[in-house]
Amino acid sequence: MPTKDLSPRDQRIDDALDTSGVRHRATLKQEWPLLLLLVFVWAAMWQDFSAGNLLFGAIIALFVVTLFPLPPVVLSGRINIWYCIKLFIWFLGQVIAASVHVAWLAIARGKNTHSAVIAVPLRTNSDLIVMTVGHVLTLIPGSFVLDVDRSSSTLYLHYIDIENVQQMEKAREGIRQIERRLIMAIGSHDEYEAIKSECLPLKGKKAVK
Amino acid sequence: MDMFLDILVAVLLVLGCLMSLIAGIGLLTFPDLLTRMHAATKPQVLGFLLIFAGLAIHLRSWLIVPALIVAWAMQLLTAPVSAHMIGRSGYRTKHAKKETLFSDELHQVLDEVSAAPATGPIPVAKPSRAERRQGAPGEAD
Amino acid sequence: MIEIVAWICGIMLSLGAIACVIRVIKGPSILDRVLGLDVLLLIISAGLCVDMAVNRHTDYLLFVVAACTIGFVGSVTVSRYVSDKRNA
Repeated sequence: MPTKDLSPRDQRIDDALDTSGVRHRATLKQEWPLLLLLVFVWAAMWQDFSAGNLLFGAIIALFVVTLFPLPPVVLSGRINIWYCIKLFIWFLGQVIAASVHVAWLAIARGKNTHSAVIAVPLRTNSDLIVMTVGHVLTLIPGSFVLDVDRSSSTLYLHYIDIENVQQMEKAREGIRQIERRLIMAIGSHDEYEAIKSECLPLKGKKAVK
Repeated sequence: MDMFLDILVAVLLVLGCLMSLIAGIGLLTFPDLLTRMHAATKPQVLGFLLIFAGLAIHLRSWLIVPALIVAWAMQLLTAPVSAHMIGRSGYRTKHAKKETLFSDELHQVLDEVSAAPATGPIPVAKPSRAERRQGAPGEAD
Repeated sequence: MIEIVAWICGIMLSLGAIACVIRVIKGPSILDRVLGLDVLLLIISAGLCVDMAVNRHTDYLLFVVAACTIGFVGSVTVSRYVSDKRNA
């Protein structure tokens, strides 16, 4: 695991707490994705995207976030649309594969299904990436999150259909691939550079997607 | 064209419902709680995607598409959360069948945590959501 | 044609729902039961979607969205209590 030069705690809690431990209200700049999402949900529920309805939705969204404040989600400030699209298409394919996999296991193996609990240390420091990796790996074949060690970004997974050590290593590598894809798509600049330099030596040997 | 769309709708709906059936079969045949969790989470997400697509195409309506997108996105966000919560408490209340587990790398960690004195590694006044998930030492059995 | 689809879907959803109910009845622990009920709720939502397609209306759309959005709250709540008291 590469050394973590910026302390994860600083990055994670700075935006929510100041030094005295009092929680800041999220600023409008941090919250505009949430507001946009709320307006979209409002309009989708009414099935009406006219300007008046959107405006009213915006008022209600502002009202809601003022009345029920949440700690802000710390975004990384970088997004690569192309990698996001690639990730999403890959994810859809994996979701289909997951259902087929579960169906095959349920019908063919049944009671004899073997599984393992494995620890996967991630390279990232960001809560957002850890959470997204957890969500993605729950929906792709084989795994779901049993527990999270936040201070070392370690995920403990339940991995189905594992019977030997090679499969365990393969599973671990798969999870780290998901992490790589996610950092390419929405990770911060630093992590993106780290992932890139980590992948460069590999490029000669095998194609890195 | 209409004929083609009708057939597409039929295939989508039937496949979507098949996913529900698979989830049910999985719930019955898998040996322990944690493996059943896989059956409960994964097929449903795909099943809803297929059913929603079939529904939108069959009604020939763009207006319900945003609502369906919201529903599916919520499905994506919430299914892992409930799987994680049930799996976590299932693991900690010893519902994982030891016979079917090939290896267990969390067990040792939990033992260490529960043996350690009750001071969290991060001295923050109020634990955030993610830290509560990580688990206070007290609950670690 | 849509009637045949409705029949096939209905049979599959019913079988899935029966399997869930069996799991709820048999389930050795409360967590198994909660899991079964979770899946049952989603199967009901899927059934409503099929009904909307067959009868060409959107009356249940909000229920489906709500079920997808807050359906997980119950299982999360129960599992919280189970992990605290270890009485499952």
